Amino acid sequence: MNPNFLEFEQPIADLEAKIEELRLVGTGSDVNISDEIGKLQQKSISLTESIFKDLTPWQISQVSRHPQRPYMLDYIERVFTDFDELHGDRAFADDPAIVGGTARLGDRPVMIIGHQKGRSVKDKVRRNFGMPKPEGYRKALRLMEMAERFRLPILTFIDTPGAFPGIDAEERGQSEAIARNLMVMSKLDTPIVATVIGEGGSGGALAIGVCDHLQMLQYSTYSVISPEGCASILWRSADKAPEAAQAMGLTAARLHELGIVDQVIDEPLGGAHRDYDQAAERVRASLVASLEALDAHQGEALVQRRYDRLLSYSNVTSATAES
Amino acid sequence: MSNASWLDKILPAIRKGDEGHRKANVPEGLWRKCPRCDGVVYRPELERNMDVCPKCDHHMRISARRRLSLFLDETPQTEMFADLEPVDRLKFRDSKKYKDRLVAAQKATGEKDALVAVKGAVKELPLVAVAFEFNFMGGSMGSVVGERFVRAVDVCLEKRLPLVCFAASGGARMQEALFSLMQMARTSAALQRMRDAGLPFISVLTDPVYGGVSASLAMLGDVNVAEPGALIGFAGPRVIEQTVRQKLPDGFQRSEFLLEHGAVDMIVSRHDMRDTLHRLLANLTHAPVSESA
Repeated sequence: MNPNFLEFEQPIADLEAKIEELRLVGTGSDVNISDEIGKLQQKSISLTESIFKDLTPWQISQVSRHPQRPYMLDYIERVFTDFDELHGDRAFADDPAIVGGTARLGDRPVMIIGHQKGRSVKDKVRRNFGMPKPEGYRKALRLMEMAERFRLPILTFIDTPGAFPGIDAEERGQSEAIARNLMVMSKLDTPIVATVIGEGGSGGALAIGVCDHLQMLQYSTYSVISPEGCASILWRSADKAPEAAQAMGLTAARLHELGIVDQVIDEPLGGAHRDYDQAAERVRASLVASLEALDAHQGEALVQRRYDRLLSYSNVTSATAES
Repeated sequence: MSNASWLDKILPAIRKGDEGHRKANVPEGLWRKCPRCDGVVYRPELERNMDVCPKCDHHMRISARRRLSLFLDETPQTEMFADLEPVDRLKFRDSKKYKDRLVAAQKATGEKDALVAVKGAVKELPLVAVAFEFNFMGGSMGSVVGERFVRAVDVCLEKRLPLVCFAASGGARMQEALFSLMQMARTSAALQRMRDAGLPFISVLTDPVYGGVSASLAMLGDVNVAEPGALIGFAGPRVIEQTVRQKLPDGFQRSEFLLEHGAVDMIVSRHDMRDTLHRLLANLTHAPVSESA
């Protein structure tokens, strides 16, 4: 079994392996082999299409955490130019689980901030698997306030299992750090676009997610708790994660339907991990378009619009006619 | 050594007999066992003592309405937004339907949802006070809690009143999925408006406050106050233990731990809550110091 493929991707993995094998055998010899490879490639595409046509919410959760999924830094190098990473919260430490800095989107200077999970084992540990501590959120806040001062739009990239649940994080005020970001982001006088590129894990995601335009990659997720966490509390068994994923409606398509997510960005066939460049190009195009659209709202009108959007995320009914 | 061992053998039997004896002879509900010191307290005495154990000072959990009645002046009090009810837009279903859980919680508590909002006064200083009902699905925050909180802020902004919140909550309500997460952003944004308007918000953290409520409105007080011994944190102790695989330090996530780490301004006993909050609010709003008790 290829560890870089998910269980339901295995048929694709097997076919790809066969194609690779034929390629090795076929170099410089028989012409017919290239025909055969072409056929297999066609088959691989239709197989991928059929597998990805109707993924369950649980399968989508797995794609959102795919080991090969492009991370924040993969998008930075493809979407932006002139990036300088800025470090530290000026109070305690630099948190590598959050990356931020100034860059250019086309010719427009912007502030970019996002979670970073880490690819190699060593890097994953250093970046705490993309789970920020309070200093990470405070660094993000510092950069966001700087962005407001210099009139830079803020582009955030969400990809975290959640804020880190650890002793040190609690000691340094994890709750307060998240809460403060939510409060301050609601009034920043500069456009904010949030893009969920992988896992949108609860408060740890929302803490950089208050925005004027919320977009999600097709196979990313956004939820109040992980499917496993939800299942172990409500079903008393983490094995019920597939049911929990279904019940919570954490996929981009469902959240778009519910009116919480503004835009779903289609991923390349088979998911963003199959074609980084194409995924990044689509993200870039949507960022450019949404920033242009937001230019219509400035100053107080922009902040009021953000507030009104927040207020619309509510499902209540009134028993009697008046309140 | 040998003495201890025969004592150990008969002691549990004696204790057991003792308990059985009590159960048999004491009228139901007249006595209550303190969950901390195991002391048995005469209920009317406990009530006179604001549900604080007279033996060990343990602050027991109390309902939202009892909380507000202990805190506010008797008159006048106006409950607000009581008509708002939750809507199960997701048709959420785990081992039970969310709808059924709501009905059960409403029956058990007499509340429509987990937050009660009241306009009233403390020692004649007018204010808006909200309190979480922990017995309503663990005081979890869904749309109705968020909506009542935001509307309570609107009343404060309109009438230029201070806001006091008594939090007691396990966090966001999973059954409302991302809508509950969004209540964190809504309530926090509303509190930013309080700040912009120069109106004070005092957050009182009572046992327990976790997750989405802790990581939003409850930590955003101009003054954060905790009741003694309350458990307050972002992640629950079990989740942390499983993540870091370390034993948690003594007193971890208790009010005293939060005071020591700078997360709350003060720890205030239930008996002093009215006086202290009145004094703070009077200072913050330049109101005259009250003479009355």
